[in-house]
Amino acid sequence: MAHDGGLVPLRRKVQLTIDGAHVTATEGQTILDVARSLGLDVPTLCFAPNLSPANACRLCVVELEGARTLVPSCARLVEPGMVVTTDSPRVRDARRMVLELLAATVDMQATPRFAEWCARYGARVDRFGAPEARAVVDDNALFVRDYAKCMLCYKCVEACGDDAQHTFAIAVAGRGAHATIATELDTPLPDSACVFCGNCVGVCPTAALQFRAEHELRAAGSWDETKQTRTDTVCPYCGVGCVLTLHVQDDRIVKVTSPSDSAVTHGQLCVKGRFGFEYLGRR
Amino acid sequence: MDLKPIDAIPTDDERAAVDHVLAARPPTRDLLLPVLRAIQARVGWISKGALAHACARLHVPPAEAWGVATFYHLLATEPSPRRVLHVCDDVACRARGSAQIAESLAKGASRDDAAWKRSPCLGQCERAPAALLVQAGAPPIERAIGPIDAAIAREAIDGAPPTTPASSGVHQPRESLRLLARVGVVDPESLDDYRAHGGFSALRRAHELGAAWVIREVTDAKLLGRGGAGFPAGRKWAAVAQQPTSTRYVVCNADESEPGTFKDRVLLEEDPFAIVEAIAIAAFAVSAARAFVYVRGEYPLAAARVEHAIAAARRRGLLGDLPIEVRRGAGAYVCGEETALLESLEGRRGEPRSKPPFPVERGLFAAPTVINNVETLAAALLVVRDGAEAFTAIGTAESAGPRLFCLSGDVAHPGVYEAPMGLPLRALIELAGGATQGIAGVLLGGAAGTFVGPDELDLRLTFEDTRRAGTTLGSGVVVVFRDGTDFGAVLHGLAGFFRHESCGQCVPCRVGTAKLDELLARVRAGAPDGSWDDERARLRDLGHVLREASICGLGQSAASAVESAARRFAIWPDVGKREEDR
Amino acid sequence: MFGAGGGTSSYREVGETDVILLWGSNARETHPIFFHHVLRALERGARLYAIDPRATPSTRWATRHLAPQLGSDIALANAVAHVLIDEGLIDETFIRRATIGFEALRTAVADASPERTEPVTGVPAPLVRELARDYGRAERAMICWTLGITEHHDAVDNVLSLINLALLTGHVGKWGSGLNPLRGQNNVQGGGDAGALPHKLPGFQDVEDDAVRARFEQAWGASIPPKKGLHLTDQLHAMERGALRALYCLGENPAQSEADAGRVRRLLRGLDHLVVQDLFLTKTAELAHVVLPAAASLGESEGTVTNSERRVQRLRRAISPPAGARDDLWIVCELSKRLGRDLGEPVAERVWDELRALSPMHRGMSYARLEALGGIQWPCPDESHAGTPLLHDRLWAQPREGPPAPFHVLEAEPPAEPLSDDYPLRLTTGRRLDDYNTGVQSRAFPSPRRRAEETIDLAPSALARFGVREGERVIVRSRRGAVEAPVRADPGLPPGLAFLTLHRPEQVDTNLLTIEATDPRAGTAEFKAAAVRIERIAPRPPAEAGE
Repeated sequence: MAHDGGLVPLRRKVQLTIDGAHVTATEGQTILDVARSLGLDVPTLCFAPNLSPANACRLCVVELEGARTLVPSCARLVEPGMVVTTDSPRVRDARRMVLELLAATVDMQATPRFAEWCARYGARVDRFGAPEARAVVDDNALFVRDYAKCMLCYKCVEACGDDAQHTFAIAVAGRGAHATIATELDTPLPDSACVFCGNCVGVCPTAALQFRAEHELRAAGSWDETKQTRTDTVCPYCGVGCVLTLHVQDDRIVKVTSPSDSAVTHGQLCVKGRFGFEYLGRR
Repeated sequence: MDLKPIDAIPTDDERAAVDHVLAARPPTRDLLLPVLRAIQARVGWISKGALAHACARLHVPPAEAWGVATFYHLLATEPSPRRVLHVCDDVACRARGSAQIAESLAKGASRDDAAWKRSPCLGQCERAPAALLVQAGAPPIERAIGPIDAAIAREAIDGAPPTTPASSGVHQPRESLRLLARVGVVDPESLDDYRAHGGFSALRRAHELGAAWVIREVTDAKLLGRGGAGFPAGRKWAAVAQQPTSTRYVVCNADESEPGTFKDRVLLEEDPFAIVEAIAIAAFAVSAARAFVYVRGEYPLAAARVEHAIAAARRRGLLGDLPIEVRRGAGAYVCGEETALLESLEGRRGEPRSKPPFPVERGLFAAPTVINNVETLAAALLVVRDGAEAFTAIGTAESAGPRLFCLSGDVAHPGVYEAPMGLPLRALIELAGGATQGIAGVLLGGAAGTFVGPDELDLRLTFEDTRRAGTTLGSGVVVVFRDGTDFGAVLHGLAGFFRHESCGQCVPCRVGTAKLDELLARVRAGAPDGSWDDERARLRDLGHVLREASICGLGQSAASAVESAARRFAIWPDVGKREEDR
Repeated sequence: MFGAGGGTSSYREVGETDVILLWGSNARETHPIFFHHVLRALERGARLYAIDPRATPSTRWATRHLAPQLGSDIALANAVAHVLIDEGLIDETFIRRATIGFEALRTAVADASPERTEPVTGVPAPLVRELARDYGRAERAMICWTLGITEHHDAVDNVLSLINLALLTGHVGKWGSGLNPLRGQNNVQGGGDAGALPHKLPGFQDVEDDAVRARFEQAWGASIPPKKGLHLTDQLHAMERGALRALYCLGENPAQSEADAGRVRRLLRGLDHLVVQDLFLTKTAELAHVVLPAAASLGESEGTVTNSERRVQRLRRAISPPAGARDDLWIVCELSKRLGRDLGEPVAERVWDELRALSPMHRGMSYARLEALGGIQWPCPDESHAGTPLLHDRLWAQPREGPPAPFHVLEAEPPAEPLSDDYPLRLTTGRRLDDYNTGVQSRAFPSPRRRAEETIDLAPSALARFGVREGERVIVRSRRGAVEAPVRADPGLPPGLAFLTLHRPEQVDTNLLTIEATDPRAGTAEFKAAAVRIERIAPRPPAEAGE
């Protein structure tokens, strides 16, 4: 007998309207889940399917009839009778502004699809000024932290914390415009609680966290995702069987991630799975 | 948890400060802020060793504790002088010359053991310009002073600690007062005096008539929240009471931080037993296991009075087995937002939660929670004591009951005034002795509110009238500005306030408030980036994204005062008249 | 378990259970992503009981940590069984319907109360009772274990003693309840599945079963020896006897990874012919007559592996192996060709399809389906079958399907090597987070947390007992050999226990110390319990120092 049930209780069906289409969703889904299942391209930055909604970037906002303000589709659960519009002028204006505000304060150039979204929403990236330069934090052999690229999406904190790794080596420190991702007293990572699982690197949407190889290739101007292949295989260390996605450029592994929908990993790895591939090149 | 401790040793003082808080209770995470506050109060800043000890005792990951410590601006994470004078630099105090005091202090010599800092609104607006003196030690000194001038401020930094100013009292005829009836009359430290004035009769009545009756009465009274959002209190109570759970909480939101607001402080300082009684009633109505009063960090006297009142009432057996605990903020406006307050109570950064779920479903420690503003609870006490009918007899059909207003700025007698809902704005200003000069504008509802012009003074102060007029009652703030006010400077000050107070969680608010501040700096300097039309478009867009896409009320209202001013006043250097006339 | 060689549950069930007994496992460090599933359970309010002589990063997450004397697991499990029976926490209906041998067990543990076993296990009786009550009363409960259970000379009995607990309470074969060994290597499970066991053909089919063998012989067109072969320990014994003279060793480094490594090296050196196929010139390869450089499974090879939840997943090639290194499959096929038999094209999928045709439990797992479903948990008998997240729900069927699950009466046995005045200290071994086995693979990446030097870890009180200081280099000696290492104080260790890893044999050749006392049924040596002593390295007199 095949089992796929588990403890998930029976979920009610929910009828709602998205962009004029009547849809039947399942209780517990978010507006974003349903919109994407309809093929609607709702942009997101701080959302990750394997983390709880950080609800921070506000790029995924949509119009919900009866709501005073726009609502974040990544965090808002569907309710019966909702009438949702995902691409009204009100929504487009808000998204355009989120993009412009990000571009004014963060180096978004390495963020996949950012330029495409700016074009789509008519965002002018220089309208509110340019981001300040920040020194790259290079305190360990495995990855670097380029906080000029950090948009404070909270994903790394969640992945390090109670959404996955439970190491709690980093948190948001400071407040408002001075908020940053930090260890306690900005202690270097090797002296902090960090166990170098790299789950922060795995979820970073803006390449603020980079494998050393990526950092070096970017610095040399030779990082090229169009030349990269991604291949799923299985980690050689221990018997858990974590799925590794090998990112390969020019026959060299430049990055390792794991699919967020893997039943084994939920997208998370340990230090050996994430960084332990270097022996391949030492022969 | 497999936490890695911080490698640092606390001093004896730091250890004592932490251990004192945890002496008689289990070391739970929610005590992080009390522990950090205790270190700050004892030593004047939070050192690495102190943080190490706090984390070790509470099993809090050091990075998270650091995140919390760096969130609250009354906590210092770098070596700081023992004595700090926090000089209010906000809207009401500026209207009364606080900028000149700061300028004068900036010219003075600096010392190692004492310093001054600019502060957002201290909630002492009737004493503007005001300051808060904090001196670390065992015991620490925390004292609000005002009105101050440069000499008083300098003396507070250099000399003997000043004494607590006298209660500012009530400046209106007493007969009509309900919410303020006991203010200035009863001894706020005497339970007997409070009882002699009818105190604890409402709680007795609640017990006699039952929880369901209380909720029905509060619902029938159409009591709308007095903290700013105006949500029906009865619906909140009913929703919490109905949740299928055994654990519920009541939280009194006494984190009054809206610039220009000080009514809750007056109630807490002058009539603390009433708030304690009201909390007991709310807890009874919803069967809450435990209650908290979250008092803003800048209100030492209010916190002390409420703590005293709780202890006195408990000793007399008036609170049954309900634990009521006072927790103090540590300098974060955003914690007035209910879910940020709950996060703060749980020992985390005061970052608002995504709603829904609302606190009535999932509040403190994930349990259903009633969270009410101080004045709302005071009004609920009136409802239970006198009945819903007596309450709705005051005010209008949609805005029932009496309401407190905080008058400050260019009025003859700044202070808290009680008025029936529906009183015109002009009459309210008259109640405070009128404006000191011709009125150029009035800020309603605080920094998160809107400006009205001199032609709008007949506005009736109700939820419905203000909504129709595109403005808000907010937390009852009325700041009067005289003719000749430099609104460019006022608006820049408001924008700076939001920039300072944004928690930083969402992009629209974290970046938007900073960009709004920069824009108003350019307006003030007369130096546009591009054309003034470009700047107007930026303001419009910032207003849109802040209002529509921010997580919480802070961001959503951060541009509203500026936008309202831009509609009413000549703020743009290239136009000498109102935008709407162009 | 009960005839099927794999854990009964899915990782997802671990995240959804209520009570977890983590027995002899430091999964936080050794199976970190499995531990994420444990953490999901803890976030939901589940209770974790960690049973480990050492306090580790895993035990720090535990609701309760039980620290038994090393090697007293059976005594402890019997005490738990005693409480379950004595306090009526057993599922009598399940026992009646689905098991046999209960009465014998009841009699055997009747005297094994926690109070009476406490002197043997060292675990306070109330803690044992608490664990038993929580496990017994839980709606769902899991037992998970690792090498702390299986690297003992009585490994199989250790496992059977845990199975007893699950059978007593019915915590098996139900969603969220089960028995799960966490495999130490990425294809321990899959190697067994595929028949890399001396007594099994693919799909755990018995090599001594004539009907089974006949099917394989027909498919392969060759005859298969009708008797089971030798597992690794038997092979070493055979070498010792001179009965085994040639060895083809693929992807193993026994010269460093096997217990009593001095003996192993001697035996390997004595072979007539040793062929080693590996990624590196390992210590074993250095002894070889022929070394065949191989492609790595990671990123350089195609194939499948099976994980600890019986999930078969695809290995895929992403980069080229170094010049000259060949895929294992290619090498085997080429060897076969040169030995006169063409096995066909060395294509992994072709081999897999052949295995599927012969192994009923794999039959439904085409490459296409493995791809589409993100791996499939065996058994998967046909291509409409979704795989089997949960094993042995047959025990709950009414009437029960298949044979009943047997209880086992087990005698507690101390470690094979007793402590003595000469060797008064118990040595155990294990892994750390950022290294793996003999370090051949893991040492290449620059882990920021890796210690500069391998240490001998002792309880702080043991430093005084042996008169050594932290950081002092000492000799650790067992009856079989000696190593030198600096001392490190670890407050997580009990006073009588020392700890070493196997990760850096070039610095500390730990397996010179370990004992090759093997459970004949499992072939796993007692890496977890040797007797050693600490010797100070006498400082040279100052007069000699300058010479």
